[in-house]
Amino acid sequence: MKRPEPFEIFQPASIQEARELHIHHGPGGYFLAGGTDLAIAIKEKGLVPRYVVDLKRIGSLSGIRENADGSLVLGALATMREVEISRVISRRFPFLSQSAGEVGSIQIRNRATIGGNIANATPSADVVPALLVLEAQVTTSTQNGEKQVPLESFFLGPGKTVMERGDILTEIIIPPASANLRGEYIKFSPREMMDLAYVGVAVALLTDGDENVCREVRIALGAVSPVPMRARKAEAVLVNRVINEESAERAGEAAASECTPISDVRASAAYRRHMVRVNTKRAILNAVCGRPGNLPWVARRERRY
Amino acid sequence: MQCVAVPAIFPGWPGERGDINKKIRITLNGQERILEVVPYRLLLDLLRDEMGMTGTKEGCGTGDCGACTVLLHGKPVNSCLVFSGELDGADIVTIEGLKIGPELHPVQDAFRQDGGAQCGYCTPGMLMMTTALLRENEQPTEEEIRFALSGNLCRCTGYAKIIQAVQRAAEMMREKKITEAKG
Repeated sequence: MKRPEPFEIFQPASIQEARELHIHHGPGGYFLAGGTDLAIAIKEKGLVPRYVVDLKRIGSLSGIRENADGSLVLGALATMREVEISRVISRRFPFLSQSAGEVGSIQIRNRATIGGNIANATPSADVVPALLVLEAQVTTSTQNGEKQVPLESFFLGPGKTVMERGDILTEIIIPPASANLRGEYIKFSPREMMDLAYVGVAVALLTDGDENVCREVRIALGAVSPVPMRARKAEAVLVNRVINEESAERAGEAAASECTPISDVRASAAYRRHMVRVNTKRAILNAVCGRPGNLPWVARRERRY
Repeated sequence: MQCVAVPAIFPGWPGERGDINKKIRITLNGQERILEVVPYRLLLDLLRDEMGMTGTKEGCGTGDCGACTVLLHGKPVNSCLVFSGELDGADIVTIEGLKIGPELHPVQDAFRQDGGAQCGYCTPGMLMMTTALLRENEQPTEEEIRFALSGNLCRCTGYAKIIQAVQRAAEMMREKKITEAKG
């Protein structure tokens, strides 16, 4: 495997310093978080940075905390593994922990960060659909100060976001959510582990009473459009209706009709579309079943429907 | 230990050509070291080519196979994706640091007893990952072992003996703990 061409690594202690380094040294610089994308881009795809600014010495970028109002703040440098095993996340949003646990291996997840994953804007990123159904916001540090944007409007295309050169993603905010919110994430990929999603489906919903009348629902899809997307037509099918196999099937059909998958080495567009229909239905029905308590990491993966 | 410092020349960076070596302080297998490193050198190469610790292997070089797994601040990572320039203050444990004293580490002993290795190339990575797993989870189920080792590929065996070895290691470590508590 190819070795990196020479470059310098700076380790600033603050966001301000990091931005200044980037301005001072000019083009050809890359911010480094976990490095699981950057190192591979350098080794495999021939990327040659002139210099790298390592963000890991900036303390304010790490950690996961719960605010008094119930919102959650995920530092951009929180690792995928931290998101996966965080007590507060696995208690409140187990499907988000699971989506983080679907990424790569434990070795990768100990390095890969949630901020890096979002900033790289891969259409198949596993945590993004789960964050979209939680209506997460993204905070970035820009030359005009801090900006907050909904995650949904953060992505512009594969590898492209609203961030400009020198901007730093600082945190992801999950707004307060009802304690009765139930959710699910299904990663559909040919292998159980160490693979990218053909299709990712996340669902979060609130129901009324024993009849499972849907009060609020959010559905998001990964890997089937240029950017991870909300499936609003599918959501509209479910609102104020009883959730059962039939309505879930119709929501699945709606989701399949509104996504815009491509054909590539992994799967054809038609197959992906079909799998959106199947897995959206599954995710909705799984979400309604709920998850039995705090399960260990592995048990979370089982498919119940 | 000889420290080979390769001067790094920046092509096309007028006025800033020259040596970019960086001084780092790390703890490697329990020993503190001050090294002068080339910042873009991979941790894997630092260990193998400069520290002479060739137990850590390179498989794919892209974080898929786990042969290069080491513990960084106690957590398993792929050393083929870590740059030396990130390492100041790091605590690193490699396969060479697993065994302390004359006796094998229980994880090593269990892999030996169960034949959890065939050609042996993936073994150092398997052992490091197993050590990390057993620190978090003293009594993992087979599913949990498979989940934890999903980033460690072995192309010789069918994984059955590896999983058996992990279970034996867990048992040995639990027994050791009980004996130590009694003693």
